[in-house]
Amino acid sequence: MGSFTDTGGDIKFWPGNIVVAEAAVAAGCNFFGGYPITPSSEIAAHMAMLLPRNGGHFIQMEDEIAAMGSVVGASLAGAKSMTATSGPGLSLKLENLGFGYIVEAPCVVVNVMRGGPSTGLPTHPSQADVMQARWGTHGDHPTIALTPSFHQELYMETIRAFNLAEKFRMPVLLLIDEVIGHLSEGVVPPEPGSFEIINRIYSDVPPEDFVPYDTSNGDIPPFRPYFDGYRWHTTGLNHDHTGFPTTIAKDVEADERRHYRKVTEHRDEIDKIEWFLAEDADIGVFSFGSTARAAMVAVKQAREMGIKAGLMRPLTLWPFPNIQVNEWTNQVKKLVVPEFNLGQIVYEVERSVHSDMPIKRITKAGGVPIAPAEILAGIEEVA
Amino acid sequence: MAFDYTPYLRQEKMPHMWCPGCGIGIVVKAMIRAFSDANWDPRDIAVVSGIGCTSRAPGYLNMNTLHTTHGRAISFATGIKMHRPDKHIVVISGDGDASAIGGNHLIHAARRNIDITVIVNNNNIYGMTGGQYSPTTPLGARAATAPYGNLEPSFDLTKLLIGAGATFVARGQAGNGRQLSTLMKKAFDHKGFSFLEVVSNCHTQFGRRNKMADPMNMIAWINDRAKPLKKYEELGESQKDQYFPVGVMHEDLDRPEYTETYQALIDKLAEQQKEAAAAK
Ligand code: SF4
Repeated sequence: MGSFTDTGGDIKFWPGNIVVAEAAVAAGCNFFGGYPITPSSEIAAHMAMLLPRNGGHFIQMEDEIAAMGSVVGASLAGAKSMTATSGPGLSLKLENLGFGYIVEAPCVVVNVMRGGPSTGLPTHPSQADVMQARWGTHGDHPTIALTPSFHQELYMETIRAFNLAEKFRMPVLLLIDEVIGHLSEGVVPPEPGSFEIINRIYSDVPPEDFVPYDTSNGDIPPFRPYFDGYRWHTTGLNHDHTGFPTTIAKDVEADERRHYRKVTEHRDEIDKIEWFLAEDADIGVFSFGSTARAAMVAVKQAREMGIKAGLMRPLTLWPFPNIQVNEWTNQVKKLVVPEFNLGQIVYEVERSVHSDMPIKRITKAGGVPIAPAEILAGIEEVA
Repeated sequence: MAFDYTPYLRQEKMPHMWCPGCGIGIVVKAMIRAFSDANWDPRDIAVVSGIGCTSRAPGYLNMNTLHTTHGRAISFATGIKMHRPDKHIVVISGDGDASAIGGNHLIHAARRNIDITVIVNNNNIYGMTGGQYSPTTPLGARAATAPYGNLEPSFDLTKLLIGAGATFVARGQAGNGRQLSTLMKKAFDHKGFSFLEVVSNCHTQFGRRNKMADPMNMIAWINDRAKPLKKYEELGESQKDQYFPVGVMHEDLDRPEYTETYQALIDKLAEQQKEAAAAK
């Protein structure tokens, strides 16, 4: 292990990208298909070191597209698989990410966001991929995307990303950015066995009776990897429960609605919000990921100035916590939404709020993160 | 006794979607014969494809079958093979799928020498999308997007793959099914990346535009130009243009196979960890 990762004690002083790799292996990840892209590359490098030591496989593919393809292929063969990239790479991965959704292949896709569009700002941070994460791949599909802010949380949220992927049989996105990926911070990796690991439910029917998308017992079809007696057809075409293509309108629609239900009907298991000084707040700040670190400081400073500010920090950004945001507006009088882009998630906040409550946008581009003072100024302005 | 194809076929999926007389049927038949000759249990095979007429083949094969995105079959196959190196992985693909949109994956899988067999049904055209020219459409031939004749030179896929480092490269043709299954069996038996080009007919999209709308005419056109490699090499340079060589074009048994190399690394690291633990 590199010297920076070896503190000799329980506390590790790790860059976020290393935290992601370590946590992934702790979660049981045994396949990584990667492609170099800053600022995510350390995840691939660390996986290349860790995986063969744990009997797993790392491969650096010839491009981003292939990396995503290999991850879905490995998942269908039974692996817990992962890839990591940044905005331009996610753009390339989107088609095969959509394939992962339609065939219901559990996997984790990490996006260490940087400025954009296009090559944009390597390697400065941004939070400008949140809509790409939600709607980037074509067609209708649900999305689960997690946005941790702190390294200890990042460790646990990486594990949660795998758990959600396995539980709901779908790709899950872990959205961090260059700030979190490269920032070093103390982490105490939890003891193995002290945290929950969820593995996809295997079908126990004999091979000759196996139906790959059997939803007779719920919306999440029990899985069976290729081989070991089982053989099934998998296609990116809309398909019925047998896995074979169908163009029967009612079957296609029913299946697409089932995919949505995997997320919409399990919000209690997927949603996760951290609140900070929120219970009595008048000014509600909604912020996620690295910007929420600054927002937390700003909220504290506002409190010191006598302004009752509070923070709502979604760890699950998608599905968007629309109900929770709206409920909070029964208490807070104004909302402030700082995000490190020119205004993306604020549209979700706006459409979640069922009143004409003023919503203050704080947006930024250019690669220099939003400072606490900028958020504080926004809070003061509306207070 | 007649050969029994049924263990390998999903008969309930018949009739197939291909045009009557399409070369893909010949390729699938040869594949099944070769699976049987290689003694491969269908439960231990994964056949992976991309998008196109040829890529619909897996749907009819009773094994693990994965119909992926356009051009990307080899990347999915690589993930499967890495996780299950003990299983047989075959990619079947058309010329557009494999050598245009999927060209990058093709050359890199060859370079890695990962133990996957790639079969390319080369009918010189994009069939499913309506007859657009592909990287293997002959210069001057007509296509939906080459109404005045194809202006682009074409790939020799076998040379491309030899250059990329494939350790088994062969070419067969749809006019000779028996030879095709023999070549496939050799490709399946090969440890490492194996590539088989099948010169095939799309009379519907290529033939119709190039005075060979009848499948038998087109297969004859292919069959008449095929020469066993040795005989082809004896031809004078001026004659070579009118023929193409068939047979095993290249075989290298010395290069290590990728998943075996990776397993050796896993074993070495495990050994080192054991030694380190013992020393403590
Ligand atoms: S369009 Fe061409 S390749 Fe496709 S099925 Fe018909 S003959 Fe075969």
